[in-house]
Amino acid sequence: MENTEIIKVQHLAKNFGSFQAVKDVSFTVNKGDVFGFLGPNGAGKSTTIRCMLSLIKPDKGQIQLFGKDLNQHRNEILSRVGSIIEKPDFYRYLSAEKNLAIFARISGKDVSKKEIAEMLDFVGLNGRNRDKVGGFSHGMKQRLGIAQTLLHQPDLIVLDEPTTGLDPQGIVEIRNLILRLKSEQNKTVILSSHQLSEIELISNRMVIINKGQSIIEGDVKELLNAQEMVVQMEVNDMEKTVNVLQASFQSASFKKINERIIEVTIEKQLVPSLNRLLVQEGVEVHAMEPKRKLEDFFMKIIQS
Amino acid sequence: MLLKNTYNEFVKILAKPRSYLGIGALTLLVLLILFAMKADGKSFISFVTASFEQTLSFNGNILNGNLIAFIILQMLIVHIPLLVSLVTGDLISGEAAMGTIRMMAAKPISRTQIVLSKFIAGAVYTLILTLWLGFLALIVGKWIFGSGDLIVLNSDGLVILKEQDILWRYGLSFGVAYLALLTISTLSICLSAFAENSIGPIVSTMSIIILFTIIGTLDVSVFDSIKPFLFTTHMASWRSFFEDPVPWTTIRNSVSILVAHNIILVLIAVYKFNKKDITS
Repeated sequence: MENTEIIKVQHLAKNFGSFQAVKDVSFTVNKGDVFGFLGPNGAGKSTTIRCMLSLIKPDKGQIQLFGKDLNQHRNEILSRVGSIIEKPDFYRYLSAEKNLAIFARISGKDVSKKEIAEMLDFVGLNGRNRDKVGGFSHGMKQRLGIAQTLLHQPDLIVLDEPTTGLDPQGIVEIRNLILRLKSEQNKTVILSSHQLSEIELISNRMVIINKGQSIIEGDVKELLNAQEMVVQMEVNDMEKTVNVLQASFQSASFKKINERIIEVTIEKQLVPSLNRLLVQEGVEVHAMEPKRKLEDFFMKIIQS
Repeated sequence: MLLKNTYNEFVKILAKPRSYLGIGALTLLVLLILFAMKADGKSFISFVTASFEQTLSFNGNILNGNLIAFIILQMLIVHIPLLVSLVTGDLISGEAAMGTIRMMAAKPISRTQIVLSKFIAGAVYTLILTLWLGFLALIVGKWIFGSGDLIVLNSDGLVILKEQDILWRYGLSFGVAYLALLTISTLSICLSAFAENSIGPIVSTMSIIILFTIIGTLDVSVFDSIKPFLFTTHMASWRSFFEDPVPWTTIRNSVSILVAHNIILVLIAVYKFNKKDITS
């Protein structure tokens, strides 16, 4: 039986001269995961992904994919991986179908012209098969990149910033495509993105990397639920609200935004009590809105 | 996988406009020389033979296809390296600049195979260029100017080769000329493995050729020990086939030096590309 750990990265380190791009990164991706790969710019995400695709040779650490060592089984492993790294680049002077044919030929699987046409259709590039890629917009290149990634039917898909430069409709389409890959084909997807909301919406597990080190790894829902949440409230009496918070919720912290709006950081299970007490004290709560959980969680982790 | 990627390389070379630039420029240059020789070739020949006319009498068609092919080969062998490196110098670094090398290297093909397929494609392109030069110079030359004995002016004097004794010499001389051009192709691909832009390896290749040629022509004893090992010293070895008798030992030595250059340059490129972190 195949190992359910699709990726196992242990104590990865990589220096470029005196610059330490990756210090100590470890994480595990299981079969069927949509795995979020988070970190600020320069955190070491791209270097880690490039190491996983054998584009960069790490100085230290181990990388196992599909239960096998990447160094020893490179070609066998890469034949089961589809990837877009940073941005999809193609031969501008060749058509979309010729570009796909070129990459398909070296993907380790025979791909027919019909399959190429179907894939172009799948990513919404039907009718553009014979157009030169030089004339494609960024969004079209992204779609072609996705087609290139999926063409040889890989088990693992690595998408580094796949929605960069896409319009809102394109972002939704890519998001839905990733969810379909997981639900219909049980593909394992690694998704590196600056769009934190995207990770929150479609990833089931994630790792946060900062300054070349993996900070935290786990189930997205568990990680977010275990933390305090930030609630933005609109109230009619700020003084009473502050009194209630100080008297009954000493573990909570708050920040007044203006005379009517206050931002409260509080344990999730205490939110109903806070609301009840405020009403009992005669405070009218006009709005109670949770702020983006992952953004706060991410900032908190990075700052700590 | 090597064959599949070599096929890919041919697809790319065929689709690039610059690949046709080399063949087009070569065609134009040869046609220009053929036109000039047709228009004023006799005075060009008499300028060369004037010093011998007091002691020798020249009969028959001296300005024939064989002589034209020799003149063309001599004139263009200096310029073809630029046309070769224009295409081959771009093979690795052009992909790095475009970002496609990143996508290729993440596929289940070894880096050695990527580099070797580029060398094979470069070698085939150079062969096509050499064959095209041979066709234009010899076949078109003979078609326009007819055939005849070949008179070659060497440093030792005048060599007259019979018409029926020429074709095999051209065959072998084009073979050695190809080996010299292949060395240029290999050098530019090797330099391409070190660069991240298209123009750098092309300029570097031409700079190395110019530098080595200058060292080769400088009559300074300090360079005497290295001159025999410079590939530029052996680029005109094809001419040796038009000496009588043919200096086989000299030719074998030149071929060995050129082959050694090719092997070493391929090994350097493979080593460098395998060690390289692809960050583009």
